[in-house]
Amino acid sequence: MSERAAFAAKRKREGNMKRSGLLATTALLLAAGIFSAAPAKADCGIEKGSVRILSNDFEALRLIASEAEKCSSATVKVSKNQTTEHKNLQVPALKVNPAQYTVAVIANNSIVPLLNDGLVRPLDDLVAKYGADLQPNQLIKIDGKVMAIAFMGNSQHLFFRKDILEKAGVQPPKSYEDILAAAKAIKEKGLMEHPLAASDKAGWDLAAEFVNMYLGYGGELFKAGSAEPAINNEKGLATLKMMKDLTAYMGPDYMTYSADDIIKTYVAGKTAMMNGWGSLAGSVIDKTKAPAEIAENTVLAAAPTVGGGSVPAAALWWDGFAIAKNISDEDAEASFRAMVHAVRPEVADKNPDIATWLTKDFKPSAGAVGVLATANGGAQPYPMLPYMGLLHTALGSELADFMQGRESAEDALRDTEAAYTAAAREGGYLK
Amino acid sequence: MPHRAFFAFILPSLVAMILFIALPIASVAVQSLFVQHEKVVVETETCAPFGGCKKETRVDSDATAKLRHDEPLGKFNGFGTYLDRNHLAVGEIKAILASSTGIGNVVTQIYNLPFYKALSFTLTYTFIVTPFAMLLGFCIALGVNTLPPLAKGPVIFFSLLPMIVTPLVGALIVYWMVSTQGIVGATLQNLFNDPTLSLKSSSVLTWLTLLAYGIWHNAPFSFVVFYAGLQTVPDDTLESAMIDGASRWERIRFVIVPHLMPLATFVALVQLMDNFRVFEPIVGFSADANATSLSWSIYNDLHSQVDQLFGSAAATSMLTITGVIILLSPVLVRTWREFNRR
Repeated sequence: MSERAAFAAKRKREGNMKRSGLLATTALLLAAGIFSAAPAKADCGIEKGSVRILSNDFEALRLIASEAEKCSSATVKVSKNQTTEHKNLQVPALKVNPAQYTVAVIANNSIVPLLNDGLVRPLDDLVAKYGADLQPNQLIKIDGKVMAIAFMGNSQHLFFRKDILEKAGVQPPKSYEDILAAAKAIKEKGLMEHPLAASDKAGWDLAAEFVNMYLGYGGELFKAGSAEPAINNEKGLATLKMMKDLTAYMGPDYMTYSADDIIKTYVAGKTAMMNGWGSLAGSVIDKTKAPAEIAENTVLAAAPTVGGGSVPAAALWWDGFAIAKNISDEDAEASFRAMVHAVRPEVADKNPDIATWLTKDFKPSAGAVGVLATANGGAQPYPMLPYMGLLHTALGSELADFMQGRESAEDALRDTEAAYTAAAREGGYLK
Repeated sequence: MPHRAFFAFILPSLVAMILFIALPIASVAVQSLFVQHEKVVVETETCAPFGGCKKETRVDSDATAKLRHDEPLGKFNGFGTYLDRNHLAVGEIKAILASSTGIGNVVTQIYNLPFYKALSFTLTYTFIVTPFAMLLGFCIALGVNTLPPLAKGPVIFFSLLPMIVTPLVGALIVYWMVSTQGIVGATLQNLFNDPTLSLKSSSVLTWLTLLAYGIWHNAPFSFVVFYAGLQTVPDDTLESAMIDGASRWERIRFVIVPHLMPLATFVALVQLMDNFRVFEPIVGFSADANATSLSWSIYNDLHSQVDQLFGSAAATSMLTITGVIILLSPVLVRTWREFNRR
């Protein structure tokens, strides 16, 4: 504690010095008759270095990046590239020396290629020096070394309209079996034509839905300790059956809806129950962004259980940052400090609605209830395995035939395993 | 032209073609023969925010990096990638044929393999869109040609719009229009009095939408070329045909069409190549559940979740190039013969 206090005092001193320097400059400029608006400088305590951030593009990450940018000064340069294409940029951009970006904002899945190629550095020293605000569960440790810092959690979880359920006379659903029964009641009473929605768009979304449901059934995706797939089993079949049963209550073009699209149909009042991303929940319950009728009647709850299981059928995700290996220690230190500054508890406390922050003493707001309930229910994390991405791709393209009713569940799972095996052989994971 | 002058004349474009076309193709061909090194996998303890710490497999990046440093291209695999399930699927096809229970069953099972699924849509698209787009373009050209000069400019501009719009943007606009909330989709539901009708819901309807989009998008190219061609039709021949009592239809059939035939060959060549590479509409229409193409397979290999399968993408690229060569060979052979006849 004393070390921290000393550090805080040092930071304050430095800040004061900087502020007085700034004042002097402003006075000089004013004396010279030139008006200059000095940007507000945050007190990050970084002497010098370059901070270059590569990240995905959604609201919470935009906030983080803009907070990190506040650390820029005459000697500290902060730049950012926020794009949904970050996954395709990160490996080549961090492979060059010096790396094009010093900070990679990553999640469970996107950290894997960086780890596979050894492109991020261990952060233990930096955590010890500057990580006083970080919680132990924010540290992603691999083989005992801290490789990344998580700052927010995310998962798909249940959104439902309590007004519609009340009109239909059904209890809030706890399991997918309840959801099917509730959807039947809503449809029979003529309250809604298509009460359910799911992100079943072929590709990433469809595969994520499978993984969620399969984890809910307690399934294992791979044979223990190997890259061999293990989804062609009873649990896999049950997963597909449930996914298909749910589509009976969805719009006929359910295979074209991504996670963003189902939020839109929900906000448009055309959906009564769905599993949506926690990171998008804030805007649904915000009366300034969604129609009042929908915002007020939306209940966020844990992802449903399935097949008599006890854990919510949804994979848990975290978003965090890692620091590139191929950069100078000075830039690494500056980057780490800027990012730790950006994800400090104060930022989370001021913006409780836009994410489920993992920071110290974070008091979750209404928008974070679903993710927390899912996590507290014991949901499984999305696997951080090196070959998971290949299985995800195979699931995304091979399950489409089954979902469209062109193939049996057995064939779909067999095809998925075959497609994955061919890709994993090429990727060097299987012989 | 003396050979020397001819050579000097085409040298710059020859160099550019070697640098920007031949060499990249050669490098893709080489890449397609290699796969990634076997990853050195180790068991380590992983701790993450959810689920605590557990033993998981990891790639030993240093050991793998050393392997890669020694052989940067990867592990030589010969034609293994070409023959695997995600490409030509030779083993799978043999198994299907061995256990066959009739033609229909064999076709369904082969269609279930990703490469053949992509190939069947690609070929259907190529062979339906090319002739229909050319026909439509020709009809537009004939129509525009009879317009009074004042109206020609605006009509030409509007006819060219589908080509001016970026393919992906055009596809997205049409996609939103045919969605159940869009103007076309909602009108269709009304017309057929079927609230569950959606052009995006079934394979057949998705294919039809994609083909219609393809014809709409490609017609302007044929139109422009044929319209230019129409300006060169000799008036004398047309007039003498009229004096001989030829109707409008007969003039088109016996004067205009033969005159435009060489142009039609050129348009067909370009359109076949273009349509064989069909890609943007599939992405724009989110149609990959129902229709995939060879180009889409390449994109999917390079742009999947977090991994990039360069060998797989390279193999599909080479197969696509082979496909283009096979497609174009009749047209090329014909051009060559005509050239020799002269």
